[in-house]
Amino acid sequence: MSITLNEICFRTLHQHEPWTLATYEQADGYQALKRILANKTPSQEIVEQLKVSSLRGRGGAGFPTGLKWSFISPSTPAPKYVVCNADEGEPGTFKDRDILRFNPHQLIEGMIIACYVVGATDAYIYIRGEFYEPIARVAAALEEAKAAGYLGENILGSGVTCRIHFHVGAGAYICGEETALLESLEGKQGKPRFKPPFPANFGLYGRPTTINNVETFASVPVILMKGGNWFLDLGKPNNGGYKVFSVSGHVNKPGNYEIPLGTPFSELLELAGGVWKGRKLKAVIPGGSSAPVIPGHMMMDLTMDYDCIAKAGSMLGSGAVIVMDDSTCMVKVLARNAEFYHDESCGQCTPCREGTGWVARVADRIEHGEGTERDLALMTQVAMAMVGRTICVLADSIALPVVSFMKYYREEFEYHVKHKRCP
Amino acid sequence: MIEVEIDGKKFQVEPGKMIIEVADQIDSGIGEIPRFCYHKKLSIAANCRMCLVDVEKSGKPLPACATPVTDGMIVRTRSQKAREAQKAVMEFLLINHPLDCPICDQGGECELQDVAMGYGQDISRYNEGKRSVKDKNLGSLVATEMTRCIHCTRCVRFGDEIAGMQELGTIGRGESTEIGTCVERSLVSELSGNIIDLCPVGALTSKPFRFSARAWEMEQAPSIAPHDCVGSNLNLHTLRQKVMRVVPRENESINETWLSDRDRFSYEALSSDERLLQPMIKENDEWLVTDWPTALTLVAEKLGKIAQEQGANKIGALLSPSSTIEEIYLSQKMLRKLGSNNIDHRLQQIDFSAQDSMPFYPGLPMSLEDIETQNTLFLVGSHINHEQPIAGYRVRKAALLGCSVFVLNPADYTFRFPVQDKCIVKPSAMPNVLAEVIKVLLEKGIEEPVAGLRELVNAVQPSEFAHTLAAALLTEGKKTIILGAIAQNHSHAGHIKQLADALAKMTHGHVAFLTAGANSAGAWIAGGIPHRGANKKNLTHPGMNTQQMLEARLSAYLLLNVEPGLDCANPLLANQAMSTAEFVVSISPYFCHKVASYSDVLLPSVPFSETAGTFVNAEGKWQSFKGAVQPQGEARPAWKIIRVLANLLELPEFDYQSCDEVYGELMQKVAENKADSHFSLSIPSYLPQTIVGIERLTEWPIYRADSLVRRAPSLQETVINDSPVARMSLDLANRLQLSADCHVIVKQGEGEAILPVELSDTIPDNTVYIPAGFGLTAELAAPFGAISIERSDS
Repeated sequence: MSITLNEICFRTLHQHEPWTLATYEQADGYQALKRILANKTPSQEIVEQLKVSSLRGRGGAGFPTGLKWSFISPSTPAPKYVVCNADEGEPGTFKDRDILRFNPHQLIEGMIIACYVVGATDAYIYIRGEFYEPIARVAAALEEAKAAGYLGENILGSGVTCRIHFHVGAGAYICGEETALLESLEGKQGKPRFKPPFPANFGLYGRPTTINNVETFASVPVILMKGGNWFLDLGKPNNGGYKVFSVSGHVNKPGNYEIPLGTPFSELLELAGGVWKGRKLKAVIPGGSSAPVIPGHMMMDLTMDYDCIAKAGSMLGSGAVIVMDDSTCMVKVLARNAEFYHDESCGQCTPCREGTGWVARVADRIEHGEGTERDLALMTQVAMAMVGRTICVLADSIALPVVSFMKYYREEFEYHVKHKRCP
Repeated sequence: MIEVEIDGKKFQVEPGKMIIEVADQIDSGIGEIPRFCYHKKLSIAANCRMCLVDVEKSGKPLPACATPVTDGMIVRTRSQKAREAQKAVMEFLLINHPLDCPICDQGGECELQDVAMGYGQDISRYNEGKRSVKDKNLGSLVATEMTRCIHCTRCVRFGDEIAGMQELGTIGRGESTEIGTCVERSLVSELSGNIIDLCPVGALTSKPFRFSARAWEMEQAPSIAPHDCVGSNLNLHTLRQKVMRVVPRENESINETWLSDRDRFSYEALSSDERLLQPMIKENDEWLVTDWPTALTLVAEKLGKIAQEQGANKIGALLSPSSTIEEIYLSQKMLRKLGSNNIDHRLQQIDFSAQDSMPFYPGLPMSLEDIETQNTLFLVGSHINHEQPIAGYRVRKAALLGCSVFVLNPADYTFRFPVQDKCIVKPSAMPNVLAEVIKVLLEKGIEEPVAGLRELVNAVQPSEFAHTLAAALLTEGKKTIILGAIAQNHSHAGHIKQLADALAKMTHGHVAFLTAGANSAGAWIAGGIPHRGANKKNLTHPGMNTQQMLEARLSAYLLLNVEPGLDCANPLLANQAMSTAEFVVSISPYFCHKVASYSDVLLPSVPFSETAGTFVNAEGKWQSFKGAVQPQGEARPAWKIIRVLANLLELPEFDYQSCDEVYGELMQKVAENKADSHFSLSIPSYLPQTIVGIERLTEWPIYRADSLVRRAPSLQETVINDSPVARMSLDLANRLQLSADCHVIVKQGEGEAILPVELSDTIPDNTVYIPAGFGLTAELAAPFGAISIERSDS
C-alpha cells in the first residue's frame, strides 16, 4: 500500500480536536488567507492557480472550480454572494459531514477566499437539517473565526469585509440541487429553477452567486498554499488532487477515504477492508445512488476519477461508492432507490412528478413477484421518457440507474417475474 | 434583429424573445406548440414540459417557453425528437388525470383534451390506481375539482403577479403536490374569476355556470362591461336566448385578457326572478299588468298634464350612470324639449359646486395604458381595487415599474400594489390635507397658480405626509392625481376637485376622475346633466341636480334604471321625494318593491345584453355593442321606450328607427362642435372645517354598486361583499362602550338605522363606515357628515 491518505480536507484528522481553531492554525490554517490579504493578491491569480490545479466541483457535477470562480469578479456590481452547499443528501454520501465535523475552519477559510475572489461581503452555508453534530461544530467554528478576526468587517485589518451566515435545511433531498437550495435559502419552496440563467448571473436573491460544495471550498486553501501544480500532480490530468470517497455497503471498513483521483478502485476496496464475509464483489454504484451501477468485475479495472468512471457509463458524482456483494438482490436495490426518488421529487415538472412514482411502483411490483414480462419493458420506457426532459436532473437520477440495472442484471428481473422470488 | 429558423421558416426577431413567442406570432405559419404552464401574461415556469422542442446543437429537447432565441438557431417543433418528448410528457400528464371528459365541465374547451387529441395515445399503459385530490372550497365563484389539476401553476402565478395577492399556492411535493389556499379560505381577490380562464383543465371552473351548458352549444356575442368606467371588453355566451356566462374579450389597451369578477359574474342578474317583464300600472294601490300602448299613453298624458298645468320644471329625471349614451341622449332630449333641464346621472354625489368649470366629461386625461407610465400617482378618496378593479391592476403595473403611489383616504384600504406613503384621515379632514400639500409647495417657492391660494392655505399645519408627497410631486416625471368615488361623492367634493386641480397645476401634473357606473363620461357628453346640454351646449336656465331635484319635491320623476333608496346619495330624502310626488314612472329591467311602493307606472326595459348601445369609458373611448339575446318578455330597450314616449308627447324630431341613428345624431354633434377639452377650476373661497365628533363614511360596496350586480347571487355571497354594518375603530367603540357583538342606533338628521357593530383598524377615529346600497342603510341621509350613535338594547 503506497497511498498517502488524507492530504487535503482531512489533513488534520489525526490531530487532537482537529475542529478547533488552535489545531487548524497549528497546521498552517488561515495562512493562505493571510498571505492573500497581505499581498492583496489579484483575484485573477487565485483563479489561475485553481485552473492549473484542475480542481473540479466535488458535489457531483465535476464542474471546473477555477472556471466557475472566474464568472464573477470584484468589479461585478454588488450585492453578490458566495454560498456553500452543505446539504449533503445523496444516498451513500457522507464526506461533507465529516469535513464539517473535523475540519470546519478549512471550509471557512475556503469560503472567505471565495468571497475575496468574487468581491462578495456575505456568504451562506446551507447545511443539512439532520447534521446535528456538524451544525454545532460549524457554528462554533464561525464564532471562533469571528473572534479571531477572520470574519466580520475589516478582517485582519485588511479592509475586507466577509460575513458568513448559516442556514439549516429542513430535510429535502432536492435542496441539494443548487438552484433549489437558493430558493430554499430565500425562504421559498425548494424547487429547482429553470436554467439558464445560471447562479453566476441570477443566483441568491437574483444576484450573481458562486455556489460550491463543502469539499470544493475546503480544498482551496491547501491548493493556494502549495500551488496548483502540486495539487494537479497528486491526481491525474483533468482530475487534479485528492478526493474523499465515502465507501459504504458490503465492505469490512466502511468510511471516508481521501485518496488521489485516479487511484484504482481495487486499491480503494482494499483500503476499505475488501468485501465483507469473504463474499465476492457483485456490483458497485461509484458515485452515489443517482449514478448508474457498474458490475464488480468491470469496476475492478477502473480508476477512481471523473473521466474513467464516465467512460464506463457511470459517474463519479459525489464520490459515494456503494459496494454490493454477491448476495445482493439487484431488483430490491433498484426498487428501494426508485422509491427514494419518488419520495424526493419536488413535483414541479410533469415527467418527474408522474414518472418517478410510476417507475417506483413497477419496480416494487417486480420485486414482490407481482410484475409481468410487460413491466420489464415498461419500466425502462417510462424511465427513458423522463431523461433530459425536466428542469433538474432528479428524474435522470433514477432513470439512468434503471437503464443500467436492466442492462447488467436483466436476468434477475426476469427471474423475479417468472419465479416471483430472488434467484 | 437576429435570424432564427423554426420548422424550416426563417424569422427576423428581437433577441431575448422565447421560441414560443416567435412561433406564436400571427402569420408565423408554425402550428401551435403544445403548452400548459406557459401564458403570455404570466412569468415563465417551464414546469409542464409540454412545449419541448428540438433545438439543433442541444442534446436535450428544450422548452420553447423558456429558451431564448439566438442568432442562427434552428428549431424543429415537429421532428421525431420533439414529438417523442411531447408525447412522453402528454402520457405523464394523463396517467393521473381522470379520463372522464364527458362528465367534466371543461369538456369541449379543455386545453388538455385538445392537446391529448394531437399527442396522446389511444390506450393508457398506466395500470396503477389514479391519484385523487380533495376539493377545496374557494368560495362562491370558483368551483374546484382538484383531481383534474395538472399543476401548471398558472393560477398560482396569476395571484402573485396579476391580482397582487398570494391566494393560491402549491402544497405538498412530488406526486402529492396540490394547489390550495394553505389554510382553508375563500378567494378574496376582485379578479379571482380569471383563474377559471387560466386553468387549462377542469380543475377550476365557474361555480355559477357549472354544468349548465356545453361550450360547443353556446353562441358568442361581443359586448361591453356595464359596471365601471374602464369598459372592459367581454363576450357573452348565450344558449337559447339566455346569457349563460361571461368571459373576457382580449383588448390590450383596456382589459388585456382579464375581467373583474363583477363584470364576469353579474350576468346572473340578467335572468333574475326579479326581472320586470310586462308594463304595469298602479290602480287603487294595486299593480295591474297592462300592454305597452296603455302604459305609455298614461305616462304621456300624466307628464303632459303636469308640464302644462304646473310647468315642465316640475318634472325631473334621474338616470343610472350605467345607461347607454343613446338612452341618456334621448332622455335629456325628451326632457328638454318638454321644457325641463332637471336631469342628472350623478346619483351618488351631493356637492356639485365645481360643476360649471368641469371638463367636457370627467375621466382620464390619458389612456388606461398610460397609467402604467406614470412616475407618481396620488389616489384621493379612492378604493380603486373595488371601484374599478382593472384600473387598479393598471396602477399595480405602474407601481411594479417603479411608480410611487400615494394615498389620501378616509379608510386604510388594502391595495393590491405597494403604497409609498398614505394619509388616512376622517372624511371631513380630506380637503385640509390637500391644502397642507399646497402650503408645502408654496413654501418651497412654487408660484400660486391662482391668486388667493396662499391666503387660503395659510393657516394649515403641514404634516409629514404633506412634505413627503410634495417632494415626490416636485420630482421630474409624469404625475397624476386620481379622484375616486369617495372624492367625488364627498360633501366637499368641489373643494377637493379645486384643490387637486391647483395641486396638479403647481406640479405640472394632471387630475383624473374615475367616475361611477359604466357611462358617466357618456352622460356628460350626451347631456345627462342639468347644467349643460348634449355636447356641452350652454343653457340659459340650468336645471336642478340630483340633490336639488330631491329637495324640491317635484311633481313627477322619471327614473331610468334607478332604485333611489339604493342608488342615491341621500336615500332617505330620495324615498321621501318619490313618495310625495304626484307621479313616478320607473323604466327598469327589474321589479323593486320599494320603487313599486311609490311608482305609478313600471315600464320594463332591458339590461345591456338585450339592447344595442354605447358606453364611453374613462379614457373617452366610445364602445358600442349589440344585443346578444332577444328582450325577455314584453321588456323593450329603454331608448325605444323613450322614443315612443316622446312621440306620444308629440315632441318633434323623435323619428329614430334604430339605435344607430341616435348614436349618429349625437356623434355628428360632437364632431361638428369639437368640444373644448380644457378645464380650469377656480379656488375655493374657504377651507371646510373638520367635523368635531363622529362622522359618517360611505362607500357603495363593490357588489352593491348598481341594480344589476345587486341581483347577482354568487357575488352577493362573496367574502368581499360588504354587509350593512357600522364599522369603527376599537378606540371609538370603547369610548362609546360598544363591542363587536352589539347593535347601534345610528341617527343622521331625521334618519335612523339599527346596525351591527364591526370593529376594524382601517377606520380612522371618530369615523363610522356605513355602506350605501342596502335597504337597511337606506333609512339614513347623506353619505358624509355628522352622525350620532348609541347602543341599541334590542
